[in-house]
Amino acid sequence: MKIYVPLDSAAVALGADALVTAITSEAARRGVAVEVVRNGSRGMIWLEPLVEVASAAGRLGFGPMTLADVPGLFGDLTTHPKAIGLVEDHPWMRGQTRLTFARVGVVDPLSLDDYRAHGGLVGLDRAKSMTKAQIVTEVTDSGLRGRGGAGFPTGIKWRTVSEAAADQKYIVCNADEGDSATFADRMLMEGDPFTLIEGMAIAGLACGATKGYVYIRSEYPVAIRVMSQAVTIARAAGVLGAAFDMEIRVGAGAYVCGEETSLLNSLEGKRGVVRAKPPLPALQGFMGRPTVVNNVISLASVPVIMAKGAQHYRDFGLGRSRGTIPLQIAGNVKHGGLYECAFGLTLGQIVNDIGGGTASGRPVKAVQVGGPLGAWFPPSLFDTPFGYEEFAGKDGLIGHAGLTIADDTIDMLTMARFAMEFCAIESCGKCTPCRIGSTRGVETLDRLARGDSSAMPILTDLCNTMKLGSLCALGGFTPYPVMSAITHFPDDFARAKEAAE
Amino acid sequence: MLDSDAYTDRVAEILEAHRGLEGPLLPILHAIQHAFGHVPDSAIPQIAAALTLSKAEVHGVVSFYHDFRDAPAGKHVIKLCRAESCQTMGADAVAERIKKALGVDWHGTTADGRVTLEPVFCLGLCACGPAAMVDGRLVGRVDESLVAEVAK
Ligand SMILES: Cc1cc2nc3c(=O)[nH]c(=O)nc-3n(C[C@H](O)[C@H](O)[C@H](O)COP(=O)(O)O)c2cc1C
Ligand code: FES
Repeated sequence: MKIYVPLDSAAVALGADALVTAITSEAARRGVAVEVVRNGSRGMIWLEPLVEVASAAGRLGFGPMTLADVPGLFGDLTTHPKAIGLVEDHPWMRGQTRLTFARVGVVDPLSLDDYRAHGGLVGLDRAKSMTKAQIVTEVTDSGLRGRGGAGFPTGIKWRTVSEAAADQKYIVCNADEGDSATFADRMLMEGDPFTLIEGMAIAGLACGATKGYVYIRSEYPVAIRVMSQAVTIARAAGVLGAAFDMEIRVGAGAYVCGEETSLLNSLEGKRGVVRAKPPLPALQGFMGRPTVVNNVISLASVPVIMAKGAQHYRDFGLGRSRGTIPLQIAGNVKHGGLYECAFGLTLGQIVNDIGGGTASGRPVKAVQVGGPLGAWFPPSLFDTPFGYEEFAGKDGLIGHAGLTIADDTIDMLTMARFAMEFCAIESCGKCTPCRIGSTRGVETLDRLARGDSSAMPILTDLCNTMKLGSLCALGGFTPYPVMSAITHFPDDFARAKEAAE
Repeated sequence: MLDSDAYTDRVAEILEAHRGLEGPLLPILHAIQHAFGHVPDSAIPQIAAALTLSKAEVHGVVSFYHDFRDAPAGKHVIKLCRAESCQTMGADAVAERIKKALGVDWHGTTADGRVTLEPVFCLGLCACGPAAMVDGRLVGRVDESLVAEVAK
């Protein structure tokens, strides 16, 4: 019997490890031989821990599993109370276009044979037969834009590094994923680490870089473990080596280290303070050398682009947002998890049709898109299609494609205050608008909360100063959640005033 | 408790093990914290000398990052997520109840030295919040029963 129990952090946080122990001892008790595979998560977090049993027809899913449900796995599976049928046939899975996440949840993350059997290394093999310029062109033609937040075209960044002359160049993967509502990087690294390794190796070929680093936040112990093991395996198998090798580095709990120049300082062993640009990291990055800094999902999307061709990838999407995007649906939501699809679904489709509305069953009041620096959207903007320009057009951003769904018990003044407080806690301190503005922002929102409406123009002015005067998007974008809360939910700011009067 | 020679020897070993890395300071600090539970002040001159940095530079790095502590934590460390997705699932209320049960505020350690409570901003468990990390172990959909579990 072959049983899959995810090693994914979310599955583990909901009890997957204890299930493995229970399954092995139940099997021993019954004298049944079982092979337990620790796979990644399929992304249906509300069904985690989702256990799968291999059958002639395909993989049967059971979730959310509890210890009491374990003995039933050895009986009649069709009547198991947690049976969801064939996992591949689940509507949530069928609706997706899984390009980057094709193997996540399917394969054994640490089996290179499994990786090859599911199309792994085809992209790298193809890249090896191409010139640097050809690889860069392929990535540019795919339309892939950075998935870390800023949406900068990946191929153009690579070209700059590729054409720069230097004795040493670097590929740095940004796995700092600090935004609330985001876990795509984590799921990819835990569920299919070789895809990231392959993507970085291709980037190395394209840019003439022989060394790579993955900077993973310390809050991700499972991802750190799986990636480290995968690098060792890839090195032993010769996938990594003289032509391109890489190291895993661990962050130390600073949100701002997700900003690329701060990340580079941190990698160099310095305080994670943001650097002024220029010089661009592409020309003077890690150790002052030309460096590609890319998000996990940007790099992990390259193998499929190289394997299936730029055209295949760019045929998906909307406007200037090409390909697929792994939506991370989180917060107060019935069906939360990771859903990869072409750009272009509307926000309402994502929240209501895919997410199924709130977990509490109460009405959706607001959705924050793009993490702590993203705007809050009211249901009246649910017709906004998911794309970079489309969200920018509504004074928002898609960021790393995380969505926090909130029901009508949320107070938007509280959330605006939190945005300022978070900025104050995480500011690197280099620029004044962010360092001091965020603290003044908290105080000003406290005045509003006390019913002092004369604080409103000051807050608006402060937000403008932070927007225009900050060195990076931490101070620069914190006004998004604040101003969107004020614009779309004025009642929550007026209520405080009424209460005071 | 290690005596000061043992400290010095252990730090020296860690420094030796990280020779040849590009930008070795963060890996070194993580290893030191792993070994001692915190980054002792006494290690700073030794690290500085090995990396040809000033003591102020090393101190500046240690103090920049939330992860590094200059004093040992309690026996158990509870990190509770305070970020937006977890807030929508009631993380604030859970945090208040846990603070009350422990009798500490954020960053505080209980009087008996058993539990340290810390905020964390996202553990990547945003679709199964409120989330926590207890002594490095991840927990989803937490409530205040976490305290009783840790006290066991
Ligand atoms: C405060 C702040 C935090 C950021 N955090 C991340 C992060 O966690 N992961 C990430 O990939 N990009 C993050 N970014 C964006 C990076 O600066 C950079 O744009 C990105 O790593 C480039 O990779 P990409 O082009 O593949 O998206 C952050 C930016 C800012 C200003
Ligand atoms: S917001 Fe709490 S785990 Fe992500």
